[in-house]
Amino acid sequence: MAEKRVYEVVFIVDPDTQEEEMTKLTQNLSTVVTDQGGTITRNEVLGRRQLAYRIGRKNEGVYVIFEVEGTGGEIAELERRMRVNDAIMRYMTVRVDEDRQRAEKLKARRQRKAAKRPGFAAAAAGGGSAPARGGDDSEA
Amino acid sequence: MSRNIERERDFDNEDEGVPERRPQGGGGRGGGRGRMRRRKVCRFCVDKVDLIDFKDVKLLQNFIPERGKILPRRISGVCTAHQRMLTEAIKRARNIALLPYTAD
Repeated sequence: MAEKRVYEVVFIVDPDTQEEEMTKLTQNLSTVVTDQGGTITRNEVLGRRQLAYRIGRKNEGVYVIFEVEGTGGEIAELERRMRVNDAIMRYMTVRVDEDRQRAEKLKARRQRKAAKRPGFAAAAAGGGSAPARGGDDSEA
Repeated sequence: MSRNIERERDFDNEDEGVPERRPQGGGGRGGGRGRMRRRKVCRFCVDKVDLIDFKDVKLLQNFIPERGKILPRRISGVCTAHQRMLTEAIKRARNIALLPYTAD
């Protein structure tokens, strides 16, 4: 329970909302998260963008990204609020800590492997692994 | 026996993005038939990509042809692991209207 999870929340705001309403909205949502004990590590408005398909008769929307750190409870509350809010056309939450951890692990493993085989690492770093391929190129 | 060893090495090298020759069409038996094909290499392995972000529309767009479908591995040459990441990313991008579900 106590473990920290990292979520990426993307939501699309109605493009017809006024500038001040936008800031109020994002502020409201971030206080929802902090009230529930989560922290917002990133809060970014990606801006107006053409939608790939129409959502509620709209062809574009304003994309906003939150990166939330917490236990999961604040996400439930945040999603509930977003569902109720008419200005939010769509939202999606993705848990990213596990994927990032895996990416780190892969990276570490790659580095370890490169260190273990100095000859291979040198070849890969030097000529773009061309020597390792040998005469196989003739096949192509 | 020697073929076995070669296969093992082949597999081992795969996650490092080194293109190694794969036994052509059924272990090199009918090598004379069909046209010579260039061995495709997973571009994510070459670039050492560990994570495919669903927000990277420019990248994902390379893998959805006109119709909006996900490009199969056999065409793009992407390895299994990266194709899995890629499909996941494309599906997420579709959900938030970064990519189309269908396109006509």
